[in-house]
Amino acid sequence: MAKEGSTRLDRDVLMVGVGGQGALLASKIMGAAAIASGLDVKVSEVHGMARRGGGVVTYVRMSGGKVRSPIVERGGADCVIAFEKLEALRWAGHLKDGGLMVMGTQEIYPMPVVTGAERYPDDIVGMLSGGRFRLVAVDALAIAESCGDMRAVNTVLLGVYAKASGIAEDIWLEAVKSNAPARSASVNLDAFGRGWRMAGE
Amino acid sequence: MGHKMELMLGNQAVARGAYEAGVKVGTAYPGTPSTEITEYLAKYGEVYCEWSPNEKVALEVAAGASVAGVRALCSMKHVGLNVAADPLFTLPYTGVNGGLVIAVADDPGIHSSQNEQDTRNYAVAAKVPMLEPADSGECVAYARLAFGLSERFDTPVILRLTTRVSHSRGIVADLRGREEHVRQYVRDPAKYVMMPAMARKRQASIERRMGLLSEYASDGESPNEVIWGGKEVGVIAAGIAYQYAAEAMGDSVSYLKLGMVYPLPERTVREFASKVRRLVVVEELDPFIERQVRAMGVDCVGKGLFSPFGEYSVGMVAKALGGMLGEGPATAPEPGLKNLQAPPPPARPPVMCPGCPHRGVFYVLRKLRVTVAGDIGCYTLGALSPLESMDTCLCMGAGVSMAHGMALAGGMGGRSVAVIGDSTFMHSGITSLIDIVYNKGRSTVIILDNSTTAMTGLQQNPATGLTLRGAETHRADLAKLCEAVGVGSVAEVDPFDLAAMEKAVIEETGKDCCSVIIARRPCASLGQSPKGKPASVDRDACSGCGACMRLGCPSLSKGDGKPAVDRSYCVGCGLCAKVCPKGAIKA
Repeated sequence: MAKEGSTRLDRDVLMVGVGGQGALLASKIMGAAAIASGLDVKVSEVHGMARRGGGVVTYVRMSGGKVRSPIVERGGADCVIAFEKLEALRWAGHLKDGGLMVMGTQEIYPMPVVTGAERYPDDIVGMLSGGRFRLVAVDALAIAESCGDMRAVNTVLLGVYAKASGIAEDIWLEAVKSNAPARSASVNLDAFGRGWRMAGE
Repeated sequence: MGHKMELMLGNQAVARGAYEAGVKVGTAYPGTPSTEITEYLAKYGEVYCEWSPNEKVALEVAAGASVAGVRALCSMKHVGLNVAADPLFTLPYTGVNGGLVIAVADDPGIHSSQNEQDTRNYAVAAKVPMLEPADSGECVAYARLAFGLSERFDTPVILRLTTRVSHSRGIVADLRGREEHVRQYVRDPAKYVMMPAMARKRQASIERRMGLLSEYASDGESPNEVIWGGKEVGVIAAGIAYQYAAEAMGDSVSYLKLGMVYPLPERTVREFASKVRRLVVVEELDPFIERQVRAMGVDCVGKGLFSPFGEYSVGMVAKALGGMLGEGPATAPEPGLKNLQAPPPPARPPVMCPGCPHRGVFYVLRKLRVTVAGDIGCYTLGALSPLESMDTCLCMGAGVSMAHGMALAGGMGGRSVAVIGDSTFMHSGITSLIDIVYNKGRSTVIILDNSTTAMTGLQQNPATGLTLRGAETHRADLAKLCEAVGVGSVAEVDPFDLAAMEKAVIEETGKDCCSVIIARRPCASLGQSPKGKPASVDRDACSGCGACMRLGCPSLSKGDGKPAVDRSYCVGCGLCAKVCPKGAIKA
């Protein structure tokens, strides 16, 4: 699948989680950072019925060439940012060899688990470790809470990815500042910075 | 460059293009994936915008504005056009004065719809030209173009979108200022009063117009474009299917990229076909282009290679066309998990939110084993486990009329009701209710009044008392409305008062007349009900009977047999405490 004008600046990212976990803001920040870096970018979202507590996936494609399809296909992702563990497991197949899985360790039970019809897998970290991609598992909820807002889970995980993205830190910080709601800008900057530093550890 | 570049949602870009084209009136009924067109259009102060009760009304309001001389945009989802089909089929007879554009968003893959119909068929059936953009930049450009074509050819124009174009953000580089286009209203009954003598005369003008549009489509100024690459295979594609093909095949094949999907540029198609060895049509859903190309006597392949259902992908196109180029099918990407023998992870279907008022209604309906004719909205989720209390869901408003039909069939046994949301009731439930009363039916209709149009993202409707822009307006009184059409008995209940809800269902379904129960409580997502303390479970008192689990609340989970509360998710609505027979849950 030759992508025209394909360069090493291609970055195909999935953000996966449960409706209402803040993928929209994270994808807006990514889009802004991509534009500021001179990349073409497309972001594809899910609206409607799936948002009601269902699994949601947001695709972000950045390229030094032209981005055509807005969708990242199986085996095509440089990074999967998972806001929830079960969704990390579900979407791991989208990663390329040598890709990066940034996973928040929060568990949100889907209805078949809630009703006892199915079990929430025990050892997702183990299942995702030691394979053909790198796993960074982060208790993003605890970090977000310590930054002062549980909802900043998205910017914590974004920060982890950002460090690996090859896009400069100042471009990211500007993108966070200009896209986060004004009243939560400092919380989000803090959360992003915590994620960024964690990626190096 | 730089300061004029903006990352825009496809729907936002449609609104931008319409704004630049000087649109004065925007109408719509919300529907995924089209809703944001009107929400973004409403951000421009120069444009009047409204939520109409349904798509038929929306299109007629836009048509009126057009006849009176201003440009109008009417937006809807694919199934909305079924509702608006009546005005659609006669508008090409009258033509327009101010430009009239109908933006219709299809949902290949059925992400949030009841079917996967292909709106392009309406273009042929109603004889209306149709444009289809492939990204946000084209959404702006084609929306602008559509208004120009509408006035130039004196016709409504459909702008067809699909989920992946409507709901993808892409860079828009060519933003322009607003142009004002207002025309004089000229009384012209021969053009605008469609009755047999006038309509017959207008038919010839439609045929003439479609001929001119077909010529235009093959002209250099049309949005259709030939992109030469390898000539072994030539691909005809439009919209998102073109993006998949272009990424999959690059310049190894040639493309006829259609910006206008109806009428087809016949001359261009023939020329293109004559210069490539094999012609392939890549299009999601129906073989719409393929059939027309074949009808021209030009050989091509389409659905012989691709599915007539669902969304396509880059991989799918690469596999089909790669084989044709003798490359053999592209190798499928490796699955991501190494040596993982685990079963597939549990699915995550959508669920009613914590605190959702519908939960109380469906809990009672399940408890009483009621037959439920359902409808379109968040409450359609009442069909899923563990509430499992819906027997039918067909289209907007159908629950009310189908309940009547089921009653007429007799032999259903037990209790039966229709359930319908407030917005859906105003959309097309009221006419069905009139039918029941008029024809002496005795069905019971439960109106789930949550004061919003929730599924599409909390839009206003005639029963909320607020307009699209949040201005106060008359709030349709549902109870009075029902009484006025002759409903014999109207009860109003809080669906979280489970005892009252149960009593109402038993009483109203037993009455010898058409009855309505208005289950009234604001949608949990509106944030009007103060968030209560999260529920807590007294593990000693809990017998593990599972009564609370039958509510299908996502903040409760079964844990070790006794329920556990997700405190970050629970809004403290207290419904679980009410259904616990041991009083073990406090909220």
